[in-house]
Amino acid sequence: MEENYIKHKYDPILPKQAEWPVVKLARERKEFVQRVAERAESRVLDLTGKNPEILKEELETTLYREKLRIKQNPWVVDPDDEYSFWNEVKHALLQINSESKKSKIAKLDAYKEVLHKITSRYSNEIASNFKASHYKFTRRVVTFGFSRLLNAARVKGFRSIFSNQYTLQDKIQITGQTDQIRDLATKGTIVMVPTHFSNLDSILIGWIISVLGMPPFIYGAGLNLFNISIFAYFMNALGAYKVDRRKKNLLYLETLKTYSKEAIQFGCHSLFFPGGTRSRSGMIESKLKLGLLSTALEAQRTNYQNGQSDVSGKIFIVPVTINYHFVLEAPSLISDYLSITGQERYYKENDEFSTSYKISKFLVKFFTKGSDISVSIGKAMDVLGNYVDQDGNSLDKRGRIINTQDYFISEGKVTVDHQREEEYTHMLGKRIVEEFHKINRVFSSHLVAFVAFEMIKAQNSKLDLFDLIRLPEEDIVIPYAEFKKSCQLVLGHIMELKERGKIGVAPHMYRPMDEIISHGLDNVGMYHAKRPLLTNKDGDIITQDMSLLYFYHNRLHGYALEKLF
Amino acid sequence: MPSKSSSDSKMIGVVGMGSFGTAVANMLAEKNPVLVYARKEEVVREINETHTTSGRKVHLDILATFDPEELCQRCNIIFFMVPSGAYFEVIRKFAPYLYPYHLIIHGTKGLALNFEEGQTLDNLDKLKREQILTMSEVILQETVAVRVGCLAGPNISTELILGQPAATVIASHYNEVILEGQRLLRSERFQVYGNSDIIGVELSGVLKNIIAIAAGALAGLGLGENAKGLLISRGMVEMVHLSKALGGSVQSVIGLAGVGDLVTTCNSVHSRNFTVGHRLAKGEPLAQILNSMEEVAEGINTIRIVNAFIKTAGLRAPITENLYRVLFEDLQIEEALQFLMKYPFSVDVDFV
Repeated sequence: MEENYIKHKYDPILPKQAEWPVVKLARERKEFVQRVAERAESRVLDLTGKNPEILKEELETTLYREKLRIKQNPWVVDPDDEYSFWNEVKHALLQINSESKKSKIAKLDAYKEVLHKITSRYSNEIASNFKASHYKFTRRVVTFGFSRLLNAARVKGFRSIFSNQYTLQDKIQITGQTDQIRDLATKGTIVMVPTHFSNLDSILIGWIISVLGMPPFIYGAGLNLFNISIFAYFMNALGAYKVDRRKKNLLYLETLKTYSKEAIQFGCHSLFFPGGTRSRSGMIESKLKLGLLSTALEAQRTNYQNGQSDVSGKIFIVPVTINYHFVLEAPSLISDYLSITGQERYYKENDEFSTSYKISKFLVKFFTKGSDISVSIGKAMDVLGNYVDQDGNSLDKRGRIINTQDYFISEGKVTVDHQREEEYTHMLGKRIVEEFHKINRVFSSHLVAFVAFEMIKAQNSKLDLFDLIRLPEEDIVIPYAEFKKSCQLVLGHIMELKERGKIGVAPHMYRPMDEIISHGLDNVGMYHAKRPLLTNKDGDIITQDMSLLYFYHNRLHGYALEKLF
Repeated sequence: MPSKSSSDSKMIGVVGMGSFGTAVANMLAEKNPVLVYARKEEVVREINETHTTSGRKVHLDILATFDPEELCQRCNIIFFMVPSGAYFEVIRKFAPYLYPYHLIIHGTKGLALNFEEGQTLDNLDKLKREQILTMSEVILQETVAVRVGCLAGPNISTELILGQPAATVIASHYNEVILEGQRLLRSERFQVYGNSDIIGVELSGVLKNIIAIAAGALAGLGLGENAKGLLISRGMVEMVHLSKALGGSVQSVIGLAGVGDLVTTCNSVHSRNFTVGHRLAKGEPLAQILNSMEEVAEGINTIRIVNAFIKTAGLRAPITENLYRVLFEDLQIEEALQFLMKYPFSVDVDFV
């Protein structure tokens, strides 16, 4: 039985733009930025125990790292006054240090002033520049432009550019709990957590959110994307705030977290890529960056503290997986992965999207050539990872309604316990990874790549990963009959997993095996210069690029399927 | 929606009134009113009316009930002190009334198996880590409570009841649970340490029971202190390796819940596990020993589970393996001892 992909029009859940949380936030931008700066400041003060010496050390570390960054890794998007700002900070710190007679309290006050300056600056830097008019325009451009490109590529002939035969929804299929997320978005605040493989994910998700009739979500986009003005325009229009991965100092990280937390509390639906950056290995993220995730928990607890215990103050976590046959950046991602395994510390944040030309080329390729994409929306959960029902009530494993607030209660009161929340964030992270694996949809290309790589690995059982990838490609041939048998075996297990609700499967996986294999071979990494899988003239399976094969194979990592070989 | 009970001061709950459960309930009752759960109505009546159970005195501030719902409503903090064999059953009885605000601390030094219908240790050829559950894992799996801790250490009930000085470890991922446990139990005669490695602490308590049986056997054979020293030190090495393989840290085994408890149990005639080993060495058959014991010796079940696990994982644990053969395959104790003496333990310590 082939299930149908959902393809229909959704009415907007909030027809009036003025009611969109992002619009409200944009209206109050100034006050909001101010509030974030103040709260970030008090967080840093808490963390340093209001001790002037420790605070001084943090300020000096921040200063040192910022000066180093300005010198070693400047970006176009950096403001011009950076150098002078940090020089002022330096002088202010020197000044305070030289006044040795100052009392402890006076010193703390002086440091606080410097701290305030920095968090204000960071808060301003991070804040999004959402403009509703830009959003509408961008949406139209994206939909119009992309569907033109799509039709041009698929419908042959002169008039094809005006054809409406294919819409974007033919290319990007949305499956899963779409009604639930729409429904809950009117009741509480959504935090969407998608897997991340490609730079286009954020635009893709932005588009999907709007197709589903939901107001724009805010999300943290890498500052490197703002290096190019056209991209910056899109990003701003989509409600992005800026995350600068070069800045790893305490003050910046705390301001960033505060921004995210305050925005969620404000009622802005948010989007986190919980893997932090794109998955370099091609595996579904299994270790999540918990920093931003913890802000969802904190926001939830703060809502409870403020007495907002009904569904309007509730935060829903919605996992999403994006499934591709083809990830354009795969070659650079996997080579990054292979070179940084074990030495991440020495890895410099690079930026392959450095020019507008490269992006346009990417976009054209993506929409004209890239094959279908499906996006699965998972079941919504509360911040502890419990599923929720249609009214937003949390359910325990037996389906009993429970109150999320109870997790934050000690001796009858909602209390603040950072250590406890840290553990909860861990639990939530684990639950999200579990859900990712459940809603992940297997494509034919994932299956063939997985089977081929595992067969090659089994034939060379003495080699480790790095030697395996360096095998001469021309020596590798897998006889078709054996390949088919193994595919059958693995697919059998996948279907068993599916029966138990542990994985999803694309409709084309119900075709006869020969068709699945040929569909998979045609699609796996189809537009790379070197193809991960091909057939030779005898119909047997060969590869042109072992690392790419490894990349696509990794999509089925984490299901213990490799034990079949 | 959860029925929030009134805000009057909460009682501390204790589930299971075996010897250790009673000892802990009595200690808790020194500071707070305690509500205990017992399955049988006559036990409940006995506690409420005569303040005794199985001949042991029960503190006057202890009330008893046989209603799990009442206990869960009146207590925010609950101590589960039931043997591992009954754990699933008891936890499932309480699960419908537990909510995320409950703090649970358990004191059970045993393991449970996470099997599907029809699976048993005998018809299984492999036993993987996921199929073995420590008690905290049972609680997390079966209930919605997350703030879970365990109590482990050299705590022989008879000594605790006499009020002799002792200490224990409360382990939990949550500082909150450790602090609550300390607040409730600490006294001039009772010290409470904290540890965040809950799995390691649970495993320490579980694995030491194996060595305790061996220690009993040595004593039963009439062997001396040299042999005991040898056993305790080799036993600790074995515990470290097994604990690591099951997900605990080395540190916890070296602590109070590991070595501390090991030394106590290996010297104590009060220990049930020690007694089992002792009587085995005197020539009594296992079935007869088990029949005559009032409470469960967790070590027997632990040996079965751990033996199946090491076979699957490809580990060697000579003491456990040989005890298994003595208990279940009719190997003579003397032969097992011979085997251990010949076993090539070439390195003294290889884990620090």
